[in-house]
Amino acid sequence: MMRVVFAAVLFLGAYGSARATDSLFEQLGGEPGIARIASNALDIYFTDPRISGDFDNINRDFLQPRFTAYLCRIAGGPCIYKGHSMKRAHKGLAINQAHFNAVVEDLETAMDRAGVPYHVQNRFLARLAPLERDIVTR
Amino acid sequence: MAKREPHSFRTARGLISATAGLILSACVHTAAAQESGRLLATEGVSQVEGAAGGGLAPWALISGYETRDAIGATLHGTMIGLNDFGLGSVGASAGFYDRIELSYAHVWFDTGSAGGRLGLGDGYTFNMDVVGAKLRLFGDAVYDQDSWMPEVSAGVQWKAAGSHAVLHAIGAQSADGADVYVAATKLFLAESLLLNATLRGTKANQFGILGFGGDRDGSYSAQFEGSAAYLVTRRLAVGAEIRSKPDNLGFAREGTAYDAFAAYFLSKNLSATLAFVALGPIARQGDQNGIYVSLQTGF
Repeated sequence: MMRVVFAAVLFLGAYGSARATDSLFEQLGGEPGIARIASNALDIYFTDPRISGDFDNINRDFLQPRFTAYLCRIAGGPCIYKGHSMKRAHKGLAINQAHFNAVVEDLETAMDRAGVPYHVQNRFLARLAPLERDIVTR
Repeated sequence: MAKREPHSFRTARGLISATAGLILSACVHTAAAQESGRLLATEGVSQVEGAAGGGLAPWALISGYETRDAIGATLHGTMIGLNDFGLGSVGASAGFYDRIELSYAHVWFDTGSAGGRLGLGDGYTFNMDVVGAKLRLFGDAVYDQDSWMPEVSAGVQWKAAGSHAVLHAIGAQSADGADVYVAATKLFLAESLLLNATLRGTKANQFGILGFGGDRDGSYSAQFEGSAAYLVTRRLAVGAEIRSKPDNLGFAREGTAYDAFAAYFLSKNLSATLAFVALGPIARQGDQNGIYVSLQTGF
């Protein structure tokens, strides 16, 4: 029974992600849309008391173009990200799961404010969720 | 019959008070901390026997909204109005470090006017206490979006039913029993779809309300429970469940239970679930369908 369920999901999932690769970047609004999402998100990250401490020593002018390029690349857009890997970038920051989840929640709010539909948000978050393994070190 | 097994019954009562104490201290602890580190809706709701899950099936998810660094807790109240009966459940659970869940539920089954037809008296009520423990074995239903690996947990539900003389009269072998289960839960986030499959070993008649084992079959059997939920919005999930049950008693046949639900997550602290349930035939009164309403607080 489980095998049948998983086979069905595998099929649906493969179908869904084949379409998603082409359309997610566009559905997020292309480069301007993703730039807006990144800007909205950083607005919140630098002020959210749950996580703002992690951004104390970070120059936003340095971070924003890199963050935007990274999100663009994850979304399947034609951007080049030249920064560190997520593992290297967060090394030694002692980020826990609650911090990671706060960043996700704030990104959801940023996408809400950019008018990204909920199910498009989920497709994007599905690509970001596995970063938990690289970013959470505590 | 439990009255012939006073030791196991005392053990069950001891478990209940020990669990209640642990859950209570977890509630106090989390009320003070209020971190709620996990994402909305990632604890599911409370199933009828008190574990985090759907309405019928326990899921692999650990109750409460806490991460591996903290302790979370929930309280729930559930009412099910059926054609001839009323079923209720109140309980509490605590999730420790997103690894271990302890739960307690008191379940009651009001026979209403069917009690008179069954010779028990109008409004005769069966009672059951359930202590649950669940251990997350591996996987993460939410983060592991790059693999097909589900979150997998194993659990046990110790159950102690009342009405020993009645249970004996209808052919149940015992008023106490333990169900064991393995649950696999996966959030397919890109599809906004959560799937769960639970395999349960049980002797329980009607969840254990009518005792354990019977004249037709007295041994453990493997039962399947499945849940599918679609995330309509960040706050609203709709879905359906199936739960097969043993058919141990010659006096009254028992069938598979189904539900179709909508769960609304007002916040991490409050969710409401409304469902249509079809529990199959109960106590010779025909198929029992009805409405399931549940409120849950989580921390």
